[in-house]
Amino acid sequence: MDLAKHWRLRHARYRLEGQRNRLTGEVRFPPAPPRPGEAEDIWEPYVLSGRGRVYSFSVVRQPPEGFEDQPPYLVALVRLDEGPMVTAQLTDCDLDQAAIDMPVEMVTRRLRDLGPTGLIVYGYKFRPIV
Amino acid sequence: MMKPERPVGIVGYGAYIPRFRIAAREIARIWDGAGGMPVDAKSVPGPDEDTITMSIEAARNALARARVAPDRLSAVWVGSESPPYSVKPSGTLVAEALGATPWVSAADWEFACKAGSEALTAAMGMVGSGMAQYVLAIGADTAQGRPGDALEYTAAAGAAALLVGPAAEALAVIEGTTSYVTDTPDFFRRADTAYPVHGHRFTGEPAYFNTLRSAAERLLHDLGAKPSDFTYAVFHQPNTRFPQTVARQLGFTPQQITPGLLSPKIGNAYSAAALLGLCAILDVAKPGDTIFVTTYGSGAGSDAYALRVTEALPERRERAPLTAAYLARETFVDYAVYAKWRGKLVME
Repeated sequence: MDLAKHWRLRHARYRLEGQRNRLTGEVRFPPAPPRPGEAEDIWEPYVLSGRGRVYSFSVVRQPPEGFEDQPPYLVALVRLDEGPMVTAQLTDCDLDQAAIDMPVEMVTRRLRDLGPTGLIVYGYKFRPIV
Repeated sequence: MMKPERPVGIVGYGAYIPRFRIAAREIARIWDGAGGMPVDAKSVPGPDEDTITMSIEAARNALARARVAPDRLSAVWVGSESPPYSVKPSGTLVAEALGATPWVSAADWEFACKAGSEALTAAMGMVGSGMAQYVLAIGADTAQGRPGDALEYTAAAGAAALLVGPAAEALAVIEGTTSYVTDTPDFFRRADTAYPVHGHRFTGEPAYFNTLRSAAERLLHDLGAKPSDFTYAVFHQPNTRFPQTVARQLGFTPQQITPGLLSPKIGNAYSAAALLGLCAILDVAKPGDTIFVTTYGSGAGSDAYALRVTEALPERRERAPLTAAYLARETFVDYAVYAKWRGKLVME
């Protein structure tokens, strides 16, 4: 059931927590270990604002395993205000409403339901700003 | 009347209502509803929404209004009758999403439609005793009614979060509360069943009206106040008529309750119902205004509160979406989509 994997990703998924470089101020998402040669603590946890714009998007009609009950749904590349680009579903958004450069905001939603005896996986999606 | 020694109030508030609605006439179309309809429409959670996701958004709005950092919360409490898990708290996940973990108390509260106000009263105690500076009390539900049952017209979804803190920082000071509880079997659901059972006429006078009036009248008495002393009033709203009727019985006017009466448009948001009404009132209230709130939960009990709005409200309410913004986002779905999303289709 990959419990450990989902648990490790919870901060990034639930609240869009990335990292900020203590020296340069660079913000990155998702969080990652220091690069070779970098100090162990050079990247500090940093919660992104969740605001951004749609860079590009697509409608998924042939879903991958685990998403069979969701199509048609929107997947977008979102350029966050802090710079990083993330891939995520768009929600609360009609298929014909999605547009390149549309301002969006992060919401925490159900990503997947692993069945009646399994975990409910929560994480970030983006929607048109309320 | 209960009142902590250290005065407390609401420092931040946040509403959440899903985007989707189903019209009562659409439900009546399927089930040949010949009688009058208890509401015009009800809110429907989207397929990726539940009590946890709605709680997170309402709570983020409350923290944004208060400008309180999440790691300063002493407790994150979620009141609901529709938690996604039977065993695994909603409060921990909500606290994690807010960034309040790990040094925080988190728990789920249960009392039908007044689970959220249970958390609110307990939050008053925590902050009022000095044990905590800030406690987040949330009421949230994705309620279910058996297809064709009268409840299906109203069982709706929504969340409201109230951040309780010291009165000196409050946007509305809580001047006192009463809680009136009896063992009354007006509405219940056994652990392993999907839909609740209600007592038809029994849910009216002996349950909702008697219980709610008792809590409200006691608070008015103890405060030495009368209904006309309040600018606004909000009551638990399982439909349109019940809160209108109890307001009239108590002596409140339609003008006092209209700003907080959301049930005609969104149905009964259960644990969030009266608290969302309070959010809608805080969206329009002015400093010095007074608000009378009475919740109701089947089983049965009512919590009544008297609030006084402070100078802090007007600036803070602009920091997060108003309840009206969520109410305005109405996307109607038909019964087929509703049935699919709400798990009413048998797939295998």
